[in-house]
Amino acid sequence: MRPFVYARANDAAEAVKAGGTFLAGGTTLLDLMKLDVMRPARVVDINDLSREFSAIEYGPQGLRLGALAHMAEAAQHPVIVREFPMIAQSLSLAASAQLRNMATLGGNVLQRTRCTYFRDTSWSRCNKREPGSGCAALDGVNRKHAVLGTSPNCIATYAGDFAQSLIALDAAVELAGPSGTRRISFANLHVAPGDDPSVETVLRPGELITAFTVPALFFARRSLYLKIRDRQSYEFALASAAVALDLDGGTVREARIALGGVATRPWRAREAEAALRGKSLDENSARAAAEAAFAGAVTHGGNDRKPELGKRTLVRALLEARALEV
Amino acid sequence: MATAEAAPAPAAGGTVPVTLNVNGKSHALALDPRTTLLDALREHLDLTGSKKGCDHGQCGACTVLVDGRRVLSCLTLAASVRGPVTTIEGLAQNNGLHPMQQAFIDHDAFQCGYCTPGQIMSAVACVREGHVRSDGEIREYMSGNLCRCAAYPNILAAIKDAASRMQDKA
Repeated sequence: MRPFVYARANDAAEAVKAGGTFLAGGTTLLDLMKLDVMRPARVVDINDLSREFSAIEYGPQGLRLGALAHMAEAAQHPVIVREFPMIAQSLSLAASAQLRNMATLGGNVLQRTRCTYFRDTSWSRCNKREPGSGCAALDGVNRKHAVLGTSPNCIATYAGDFAQSLIALDAAVELAGPSGTRRISFANLHVAPGDDPSVETVLRPGELITAFTVPALFFARRSLYLKIRDRQSYEFALASAAVALDLDGGTVREARIALGGVATRPWRAREAEAALRGKSLDENSARAAAEAAFAGAVTHGGNDRKPELGKRTLVRALLEARALEV
Repeated sequence: MATAEAAPAPAAGGTVPVTLNVNGKSHALALDPRTTLLDALREHLDLTGSKKGCDHGQCGACTVLVDGRRVLSCLTLAASVRGPVTTIEGLAQNNGLHPMQQAFIDHDAFQCGYCTPGQIMSAVACVREGHVRSDGEIREYMSGNLCRCAAYPNILAAIKDAASRMQDKA
């Protein structure tokens, strides 16, 4: 690991002025610093901000999650378990108990890709790590790589689960920065790789996530997060689906759908939602929605089977959500 | 108990003052900021019970308790630790083994033993969290601790046994 200067921030104002890489749970940062992928000259420990930004609150407006709350606290929060099962499941199906005790919600959504070519610096080609160097995954081992939101410069999968719940539920992000605070839609936080895959979010230098807000949604009790992976626990998604359904009998009034493990960024499947609206939900309509969700899929050999896996994951999630007794 | 109250003064390439409370004892250290909690325990405090397996948060061999919560010491900067740390060396009380340690022996819940300190620390937390209501729940909540010898069936048996012993004690 390269040398760095360690500093602590007492509050958000101090943190955003400190001019460094923020350290909260450290589960991504320390890992990638040991791999020499992240090389911060200055690490600003923001864990004391938990005094101000770790509360989990629920009211008529919805849910407010402090960015310094740990994954475990949100995953087990009785109100989240009851009112937003999708959020609780997306958190408790991620990582391990130890990591969920360490990782914060703000850090979780900013976790970096698991792309081997990004994580291993012995590979010279990685546009995310070294802009302009190329992409070794395009013609490499890309079984786990993204099929949605890809660019000719990067097919690295966005690895997170929690973010799929946030994007499905129209969450917003509260930010503090050197020039003040602002609030943006969570859907606008991450950007697809496009021309420069090294840019992953719209965060400005020094900007810090302080909270997430999730608007109240009466049908969120009929929601779930289905995660398909190579082993049953403690593994990233090959494909996942966050689904919430507003049903009138067997007919879909409204659906919220996001897909994990298959895209380069948190992925809202609005085409699938539109395909279901007003339809009777059965295996055929669910399959049609899944086809719509993956209509734009681009594969690169190793991940040729991913669109089909993603479709089947979504179909199963929709049918399981329909069967929920709420 | 809070440790390292004052923000360490930034100094590139130098050391930072770190106060660690480990197993009830306070230690004042001057550490390279890069030092993880695991390396501080093993290399600076000679507490070698916590093991370095992958050093990347994937195996659980380095699991310790900070503020009573199980965490991975290999992905924790020593300078960032605020709460009291409990390692495998601090688990036994009054010269007797902790019920989880005894249960691991009784159920032969290890072969090579390298993952065992992490397994035991994680298992103690797993019981205290209440995540022992079924075999499936124990397996899920212990999935962050890998055992390459695959002693999993005996680890599961040990945890179930210790869970009842720990509840009897409480």
